[in-house]
Amino acid sequence: MRYLEAGKRHTVRFTLNGRAVEGDAEPRLLLSDFLRQTLGAFGTHVGCEHGSCGACTIQMDGKAVRSCLLYAVQVEGKALTTVENLATPDGLNELQAAMQKHHGLQCGFCTPGILMSLTQLREEEPNADEARIRDVLSGHICRCTGYDGIVKAALDVFGDVFGKN
Amino acid sequence: MKPPAFEYLAPVSLEAAVAALSNEDAKVLAGGQSLVPMMNFRLLAPSLLVDISRIPDLAYITEDGDGLRIGAMTRHHAVEMSDVVRQRFPVLHAAMAHVAHLAIRNRGTIGGSLCHGDPAAEWPGLVLLLNAQLKTTKRTIPAGDFYHGALATDLADDEILIEIQFPGLAPGTGWGFEEMARRSGDFALAAVAATICLSDDRATEVRIVVIGAHATPLRLTAAEGLLTDHVSIGAAADAAMQEISPDSDLHASADYRRHLVGVLTKRALAAAWKRAA
Repeated sequence: MRYLEAGKRHTVRFTLNGRAVEGDAEPRLLLSDFLRQTLGAFGTHVGCEHGSCGACTIQMDGKAVRSCLLYAVQVEGKALTTVENLATPDGLNELQAAMQKHHGLQCGFCTPGILMSLTQLREEEPNADEARIRDVLSGHICRCTGYDGIVKAALDVFGDVFGKN
Repeated sequence: MKPPAFEYLAPVSLEAAVAALSNEDAKVLAGGQSLVPMMNFRLLAPSLLVDISRIPDLAYITEDGDGLRIGAMTRHHAVEMSDVVRQRFPVLHAAMAHVAHLAIRNRGTIGGSLCHGDPAAEWPGLVLLLNAQLKTTKRTIPAGDFYHGALATDLADDEILIEIQFPGLAPGTGWGFEEMARRSGDFALAAVAATICLSDDRATEVRIVVIGAHATPLRLTAAEGLLTDHVSIGAAADAAMQEISPDSDLHASADYRRHLVGVLTKRALAAAWKRAA
């Protein structure tokens, strides 16, 4: 049974984008802060810090999760992936390229989180329609695009042939 | 927004978790999708968090006769994606679309939502609608006895919810679930869930539960009693408006919530009637 004292730093180990990583964290340190400040993985953005905005969304064991609603000590031994994992050696992956093509981003603050949620949706529901895509996007606040570019990008890589522009 | 300091314990057995909860100010950490934001806002400052996610065998969806048993650590998304839930309790499947957003549903647990007891959350109302039994480390509690008020349950400080038992629905039960929120994924301004059994176009068994317009999820027994045939849906909806004591807040006035409950009851009953066979 793991017991961690308050106010002291404890070693946390997990896999980040396929690489074993470790760092020290107080129990109260949010995973979002651990990723950025301890590990220097700045792809994950921090917005509201209470689970509403979606900017800090990453994947844990293949599911999109808010990294601001997890303590770093909770993810001991887990497999995490962040936006840094998406691009291939050849460049942007299909979803990222579609976001670029359809102007699915402007400032880019919300983009990493959106990509992580859409990545799960694509794996689980490759034929998701526009309504389903919009439903998933409702968990992400984007103040630049008005969402249309993001929806178009998603429809480009999801199976909905009728929704294509 | 950073949470206050706390001790962290990750037991691997229920016995160890229960023992840890005898500490003053200890709190169970399940999925953390309500607890962690409340701690980030510093609305809560427990001295010890007991993370029960490392305890094996608390997340499952198992058939039990016509019904289902669902482990307390089962995530909302697992319920949303489950074929057996969709077949046996389509109302649960439909309601999951209203539980926050994908990333929250991936992480949030049924048990956590039930024990947190937000009156505007879906699960507390759903267990009441479906007459579920809540099994804890000490006893089994009928859903109707679980809530004392907003965020207040019958659980003792050192008691952990472990399983929710849903008895099977009678064949041909129709259902409706209608929710209004200001934005997709927000807590309900109000929601109404209903099940109806029919015999010769007469309602034989009706359950109506309102969410978000009362301190606890509430069965609308007067409205249930008034629903006899299809024409009486309007009368039942009128009665529903009188049975609740909604609060006014930033998002909606009490009057608006009352109006909403009337409209949502009408829609939920009409949908349930149509689906009943």
